[in-house]
Parts: sequence; structure tokens; C-alpha cells
Amino acid sequence: MQVLKKYRNPELIKPMLNEISELSQKLDEELKLMEVCGTHTMAISKYGLRSLLPKNIKLLSGPGCPVCVTSQQEIDEMIALSKMPEVIVTTFGDMIKVPGSNSSLEKEKSRGADIRIVYSPLAAVEIAKENPEKIVVFLAVGFETTIPVIAAALEEAIEEGIDNFKLFVAHKLIPPALEALLNDNEVKIDGLICPGHVSIMIGSKAYEEVVNRYDLPAIVAGFEPLDILDGVKGALKQKVEAQVEVEDKVKAKVENRYGRVVKDEGNQIAQDLIRRLYQVVDTAWRGIGIIPNSGLELRDEYAEYEIRNVIDLDVGDSNEPQGCSCGEILKGIKLPYDCQLFGDVCNPQHPVGPCMVSSEGSCAAYYKYDRR
Amino acid sequence: MCLAVPAEVIAIDGKHAVVDLNGNRTEVGIKLVPDVEVGEYLLIHAGYAINKIDAQEAKERIELLEEFYAGLEEIS
Ligand code: SF4
Repeated sequence: MQVLKKYRNPELIKPMLNEISELSQKLDEELKLMEVCGTHTMAISKYGLRSLLPKNIKLLSGPGCPVCVTSQQEIDEMIALSKMPEVIVTTFGDMIKVPGSNSSLEKEKSRGADIRIVYSPLAAVEIAKENPEKIVVFLAVGFETTIPVIAAALEEAIEEGIDNFKLFVAHKLIPPALEALLNDNEVKIDGLICPGHVSIMIGSKAYEEVVNRYDLPAIVAGFEPLDILDGVKGALKQKVEAQVEVEDKVKAKVENRYGRVVKDEGNQIAQDLIRRLYQVVDTAWRGIGIIPNSGLELRDEYAEYEIRNVIDLDVGDSNEPQGCSCGEILKGIKLPYDCQLFGDVCNPQHPVGPCMVSSEGSCAAYYKYDRR
Repeated sequence: MCLAVPAEVIAIDGKHAVVDLNGNRTEVGIKLVPDVEVGEYLLIHAGYAINKIDAQEAKERIELLEEFYAGLEEIS
């Protein structure tokens, strides 16, 4: 699609940066924006946008890297699962290097465990079809972008009668996590750059509650440099307007600046599919703890497709890696530079925590593109 | 993990479509975006189309920016 190339056009990026810079001079105080999505974090680092923005606008990474927020216990359970001879574990590549309390999927693979990286859950369904004597488990991590995709693959497996295909459901939901973050006194954010592709599914309306309750701008943005800067500009404009002392103060609002794919209502088919298969439950996030109504579990009718209902995985106590600050980084309280292990001890070859493993983790993004 | 890429629809076959993804032909699931047509652009995530890309909207938005900044230049 030729027109999308224009969203990288330096001839447009430059004047937009100028506009942002001019506007930023009107700010009374520093503006801290959280880019919720790990794919945004990666894009921001890749295009070097952090250093191009005025000093009084800070972009902080949020909890939007699925691998990073998966709890240590879930990681340990996945590793325990991979050691079972009757099981083939299928997973997105990001998961494989994440350190558990004592091992990782990668280590188990080198010891002979059957762990296969797939690009799509459909490929995992194929593996199940080809290996009827095995239980083929797909590690279902991911947010609202990925949830319906995996649900669709599960439904296709069920329709085809492939009942050796199972899920390890570790999905997480974004709006309840935003709510939890904004409720946390330690967290200081003035605006949100909302995850573009999560928003395709849930719709830009899904942020209205949070925006109204906490009175902060939320901008749905795409992933090209111009999209991201446009998102920053949107939040900045709202902030500057809100500074003016008038009686009828303008309320913060949700703006959809990614209209070429995001609609207000989201993707109804995806939403219906999720509702059909899943019910909402409380779940634990790394660094944040249990967030009410932020996870999913297969409904009773589909419970047999959850591997933990088939195999008992008792892993005992799980320990998060010592000295790792992933939890605080996910909340925007710390930057990767603030971690003493960043760089020398912890790097993509020898990751200590998940934020360095996933290509979308803040530590990995900063290591690759933003190292001081 | 939420990475998604644009691809053009080449052919449709029930629940799946063949798309041109950066010059490679691949099959993707269209369960979440059922009413696609050949020639349309889809956003692909983990082997599935997650939505159509509104080409008109993409064009209008960028033209708006182009005009806006061209206008600014004339003033200054
Ligand atoms: S640099 Fe490594 S140890 Fe430090 S927070 Fe990031 S992932 Fe954890």
C-alpha cells in the first residue's frame, strides 16, 4: 500500500516535530506520556523518536509486552509442561528465552524437550493434526490483539475434531491494567498513547471510562513514525488546552488517530468470539500483582481445552529474577537505565528478566537502539 | 507481539484468503474479517486478518497533514 509509505516521510515528520516543539513551550510542567504497547516502544526506539522530542516530553513504556507481564509462576508452569514426554509445546518465539525460576523453555529444548516455535496458532493446530498421539499445547499469551486470533484457531481445531490441541491460557486484558496503574500512587502519567492493534479489537470507546475517571488524554495511534508523533501531538494539545484556567475546563478525551484500521466500536466478530469462549477472571501480572478482571479463562463448555485442566502442573514457589526491575519498568516508574544489571550483566544474549528477552520489552528496545 | 502487517488480498477461499505480504504469497485466516474482497488491504497478525485497512481514510489523513504543513510553510 503506497500511501502508508508517506507515514514515514521526513518532509512531514520535520514540521510535525517543530509543531510539537512549539506547543511544548507552553507546558507548565513536564508531560509524561505512557506508550502502553510494546510494539510502540519498539517503534519509538527504532525511529529514535525519544531523542527527537523536546526535553519536557517524556515517553514511558507501559505494561504492553505480553511476555514481560506473564507471571513467573506461569512461566515455571510452561517450563514444567515442556518436560512432559507426551506433550509438544508450541509457542511464539518471544517466550522461549524467558528465564523461569530454574530453567527456560530454550534450556529444556536443548535438553530434548519438544518445543516448536510457530508464527501462527494455526500452525500449532497443524502440528496437532500431524501428531495425534501427542498432546499439542499452544502457549496462549497476548492481549486483545492476539486473543481472538488464538480463539479462532481453537474454534477451527474444535470444528475439525482435533481434540489433542490444547491451550495454556495466560491472556491479559489492557483496560483493567490501565485502571490498576492509574490507581497506583507511585505511577505518574499525564496521558496515554493507546495500543493501536489492541484498539482494533476493543474499539477506541473502550478507553472512555478510564479517561473520564482519571481525566487524562488517551490517543489511539498507529505505528509509523508520523502516527506516533501525531499521537504525542494529540495528547500535548489536550494538555496545553486544559492548563488554561477557565470555569468550564475542557475535559480530557479519547482521540482515535488511527482511523484507517480502528473503529470506535472495535471488531464485533472478535469480541463475540472472545465472549463465546471465555469468561473474565482476576489474574496476576508481573510487577503489578493481581488485577481484578484482567484475565480470561475458557468457559466450562470449553474447559477440556485448557491444559491445566488436563494435566496437573504443581511448580511450588516461583522466584522472580534477583535484581531485575522489570516490574517497575512495566509501570513506568523506572527506565531500563535505572537497573544496575542493564547492559553488562543483562543483555539480549544473557537476559536476566523478560523485559530483555522479548524484542518488545523496554530493556531490549533500549539496549538495541537507545543505549547511552 | 501486537505487530501486524498490511497485505493485499489475492484470492479468497472460504475461511482463508491468499494475500500478498511484502511480495510473498501466504494464506491467512479471515474468520475475524469475513467479508473481504480481492484487491482490498488487510492487516495481518499471527496468521489472521484482524481488520481491513481503509485506504481512503489513510489517504485523506495524510493529505490533511500535507496541506496543513504546506500552508504553514507559505505563511513563514
Ligand atoms: S535490564 Fe535485565 S535485569 Fe534489569 S530490568 Fe531489564 S530485564 Fe530486568
